[in-house]
Amino acid sequence: MINLTVCIGSSCHVKGSRQVVHELQALIQESNLADKIVLNGTFCMGKCQQGVCVTVNDEFYSVEPNAVKEFFESTVLPMVK
Amino acid sequence: MKKFDTKVQDLKYRVLREVAREHWSGTLAQNAIDIPKKIVPGKIPTMRCCVYKERAILAERVKIAMGGDKDNPNVIEVIDIACDECPIGGYEITNACRGCLAHRCEQACKFGAITFDKNHVAQIDKSKCRECGACSKVCPYNAIYNYNRPCETACKVKAIHMGEDKQACIDNSKCIACGACVYQCPFGAITDKSYILDVIDILKGSENNTKYKTYAIVAPSISSQFRYAKLGQVITGLKKLGFYTVIEAALGADMVAQAESKELAEKGFLTSSCCPAFVTFIEKSYPELKEYISHNLSPMATIAKYIKEHESPCKTIFIGPCTAKKAEIQREEAKPWVDAVMTFEELQALYDSKDVDITTLEEGVLDNASYFGRIFARCGGLSDAVQEGLKEQNIDFDLKAQSCDGIEACKLALLMKSKGRLDANFIEGMACVGGCIGGAGCLTHGEKNKAEVDKYGREAYEKTIKDAISVLKP
Repeated sequence: MINLTVCIGSSCHVKGSRQVVHELQALIQESNLADKIVLNGTFCMGKCQQGVCVTVNDEFYSVEPNAVKEFFESTVLPMVK
Repeated sequence: MKKFDTKVQDLKYRVLREVAREHWSGTLAQNAIDIPKKIVPGKIPTMRCCVYKERAILAERVKIAMGGDKDNPNVIEVIDIACDECPIGGYEITNACRGCLAHRCEQACKFGAITFDKNHVAQIDKSKCRECGACSKVCPYNAIYNYNRPCETACKVKAIHMGEDKQACIDNSKCIACGACVYQCPFGAITDKSYILDVIDILKGSENNTKYKTYAIVAPSISSQFRYAKLGQVITGLKKLGFYTVIEAALGADMVAQAESKELAEKGFLTSSCCPAFVTFIEKSYPELKEYISHNLSPMATIAKYIKEHESPCKTIFIGPCTAKKAEIQREEAKPWVDAVMTFEELQALYDSKDVDITTLEEGVLDNASYFGRIFARCGGLSDAVQEGLKEQNIDFDLKAQSCDGIEACKLALLMKSKGRLDANFIEGMACVGGCIGGAGCLTHGEKNKAEVDKYGREAYEKTIKDAISVLKP
């Protein structure tokens, strides 16, 4: 099981965390991985400068809202397999 | 730029600041007794008859800053020795009466209480006067004056009366803790208990957010406060005090708007549950209407519940303009979610107790809620948000909202409802005039505050309620 957590605190929010959340939701659904990936939100990871902050099983990543698909394919998917 | 409206607030603030300062350094128990002399040094009185009385009153203020009388469940308390025992003569004719011919006052009085002396000057027969004020309204010289105590005038739920020793007394069975008297008493003799020590204990106990995280939940009315600095600096200041992060209560308001619009459509009639003073008023004065109170938690409790359920272990502290919120968190439904409440006044004291000058800080970001969640801070905002909630969820319901600006308007709407004569299906009750921006715990109150809240609302990154809450787990 993969824990995918997106920061929804103020700083990441204005940098586009909602788009990141929505795209990840869609990608998880498209790839039929709802039973393998749990998507969570959290208020602040303490790394506001590096937003949008995302963790995959506690490992930190900075994700641009326009590069969500790339992040999902290159980072999240390999972990599932 | 001025920090407060009145000198009473400034005095209260200085006491809170000193109490907080001592508590941060763990020296309050030894030094509390010295605080009055620190605030009033020397021998020349500036507020009362002598410095000794000033210090005696300050000693009482110190107690209230430390939580006040534990035996009194009310969060609003009278400082007996600070009460100036103002005269309460009721309506009286002043020497502005010119002994005119028209005698409008006599015509206006339905109780025959007005007579005239040999100089044609009006007199009020106190045994007949019913204090309706009709004479005062019609006098072209404004010669009839109502000598009333400011606390009693401020208290629209009539919870304040004169005690045996002429000092103000609060009837806890009627008081809704709105704080109107706190703000209006010119001697600062009625005040809200402070839980600033609890706040400091929570912040200290978190050991820099390692034991648990401390979340600040700020009310949207903050946009009209701390005007000498930028809102972003206020946010950074909170983190300097030791809060892990800051979240808008307005996001809770978005959640409430979403749920309340659904609930309204299901039930057909509702009264809002956001304002704790309004809810308490219904329970105490219109218990027969209790069934109509929305089952939603207030925005504060809603967002605090969400945080507690998703970010454990954590503590939540609400910061707002409201004294009644201090009472709300003693209620069963809110108690588990909110650990402490402080007002903007108290936040100012907390900053200065740590020598945090927010004007020198860089600007942080505060952006969780939508326009609609943010405008809850002013009267009418909640109704607008419920309308939006209905629209966004495609609920076919014809909203007829009655936005009540202040507890008198609330009282009227509830009276009409109880008589079956209210032409509305939703009562938005705001105990303070103007809504939360009129709250007793605000640093300043001004005409521009509503515009500030609207501006802040428009600046929200999210434009709809749906978008704002879409990132939250159900």
